[in-house]
Amino acid sequence: MPSDSDKPVGPVISVQDVCITYRTTFEKSPTLKDAVLRLGRRERSVREVEAVKNVSFDVPQGSVLGIIGSNGAGKSTLVRAIAGILPPTTGRIVVRGKVSTLLALGVGFNAAISGRENVLLGGLAAGYSRAEIADKYEEIAGFAELGDFMDLPMRTYSSGMFSRLAFAVAVHMEPDILLVDEALSAGDAKFKEKAAAKMAELVGQARTMILVSHALGTVRDMCNDAIWMNKGRLMIRSEPQHVINEYTRFVNVGESAYTLEDV
Amino acid sequence: MSNAAVLKDDYLGEYHVYEPHRAGLPPIRPYFRELWRRRAFAVELAKSTIRSTHHDTVFGVLWNVINPLLLAGVYYLLVAIISQATQPSDYFAHLLAGLFAFYFVAGCMSGGSASVTSAGRMIMNTAFPRMLLPLSAVYIAFRKFLPTMLVYLAVALITHVGVSTTALLAIPMFMLLMVFGTGMGLLLATAQVYFRDTASFLPYVTRIWLYVSPVLFYPDAKFIEKIGPLIHLNPLYSLLGGWGDLLVRGDLIPAWMWIEAALWSFGTLALGAVVFMSRERDFAVRL
Ligand SMILES: Nc1ncnc2c1ncn2[C@@H]1O[C@H](COP(=O)(O)OP(=O)(O)OP(=O)(O)O)[C@@H](O)[C@H]1O
Ligand SMILES: [Mg+2]
Repeated sequence: MPSDSDKPVGPVISVQDVCITYRTTFEKSPTLKDAVLRLGRRERSVREVEAVKNVSFDVPQGSVLGIIGSNGAGKSTLVRAIAGILPPTTGRIVVRGKVSTLLALGVGFNAAISGRENVLLGGLAAGYSRAEIADKYEEIAGFAELGDFMDLPMRTYSSGMFSRLAFAVAVHMEPDILLVDEALSAGDAKFKEKAAAKMAELVGQARTMILVSHALGTVRDMCNDAIWMNKGRLMIRSEPQHVINEYTRFVNVGESAYTLEDV
Repeated sequence: MSNAAVLKDDYLGEYHVYEPHRAGLPPIRPYFRELWRRRAFAVELAKSTIRSTHHDTVFGVLWNVINPLLLAGVYYLLVAIISQATQPSDYFAHLLAGLFAFYFVAGCMSGGSASVTSAGRMIMNTAFPRMLLPLSAVYIAFRKFLPTMLVYLAVALITHVGVSTTALLAIPMFMLLMVFGTGMGLLLATAQVYFRDTASFLPYVTRIWLYVSPVLFYPDAKFIEKIGPLIHLNPLYSLLGGWGDLLVRGDLIPAWMWIEAALWSFGTLALGAVVFMSRERDFAVRL
């Protein structure tokens, strides 16, 4: 982290009254032909989805914030906005620090090229220099434990291998802020353990983390702060056990083996 | 040294504000600084695309060369049969130079149009200036163009057209072509996001564009006077006309041709950049 002893540290992430609206069309993919044909009918096939509604919260440095909530609650949308990928529709997000993302759709990997090339490409896209990536490459490959597969096109990878590499890249780029969105679910038990240890190590270095997960047990163990989102709104923000209790009471399932397991 | 420190503070250091901006452009200076800093990404993306489509192999390069070469042969015969007149001795070289340059622009257009929509996941998961994607397509088109120039040189020597020193002025003209191709690539990349059938219309458009540009004919052909000032609405009239005159004939071209070419190319780039940048934050939602 840059020296911050001389100035008071504000929150590392500050989400201020953010709304995010998707505009979707009904056609599978929009075409000029459809647009012209529709002109005759004067109908607009655009629907708006308010994925995030008036959400505000701050994340102080070094904290691990868990985000839980039902499917479609807007968790991934919120995390994308914090990463700077989706612009907020209204409101403001301020982020201090270098962000590394590990999002649900798998890092921007191109299946046609090898893991090695993807690491380089992903790193360059995220703004690292060739030298920085070359420095880190051995560590990344070692952590992912993919062996010879690093030089094969990524379409030959299993989904677990995909997420191993994605995780290895995200954590080894020395981010100040790590955003993780259900990215580990495909990894095997051994890798999950290793990943959890690595994340704990990052937190030990005062890095900030946001962890989106349906595995309430993971949120309870790893996070020191949590929010629950429902239908785009922030329901409560509190310490993880309390948030989990409220959430499970709300959805009426109770803590069971199903809600606690898995990352 | 201090420069690096400033750079580090500005982007990695790390202070980002994300606000709504449907209406306008992103902050221009940070955008282009960021773009410049990540230029290696555009190059690397281009290289890995070239590798994965085998355009780096001997046969890949040959294909890029032979395709326009055969086309030039076809057009040569066609024009010879239709016009029933003997063409000037430099006609084949003119045809070839025009086709190679036209193929470069067409490559910028087709590559640019696919660049954003084919990068789907990368756009959903990484924040970077999206303009790197169409720029990478321009780089690919340029890499495919370079070997074709060797073929042109060979043909120019064989057909006794030769290469004069004036031909060096074709290099700045090619740069204008590149500026124009970049602008077109940016426009088409944006169009493709909103209308996914853009790329399927493109081949027809480029084919017609080829016929109305000074590739099959010379920029001073007789019938152009009949068309009148309308011909100047085709940006490639001055760009390809100037390119051919400089490279093949070794003629100095008039100043108005340079000015017209520069206006068209930079105008297209400015329009393309504004359209692309004002839309690019919408891309992640649209893909
Ligand atoms: N690209 C998109 N276009 C239109 N609507 C979208 C898009 N992505 C998400 N949505 C909508 O936004 C809402 C929130 O989605 P989001 O992916 O953020 O949910 P989530 O909390 O991550 O859910 P999950 O737990 O299933 O991952 C949903 O109603 C979804 O339908
Ligand atoms: Mg999600």
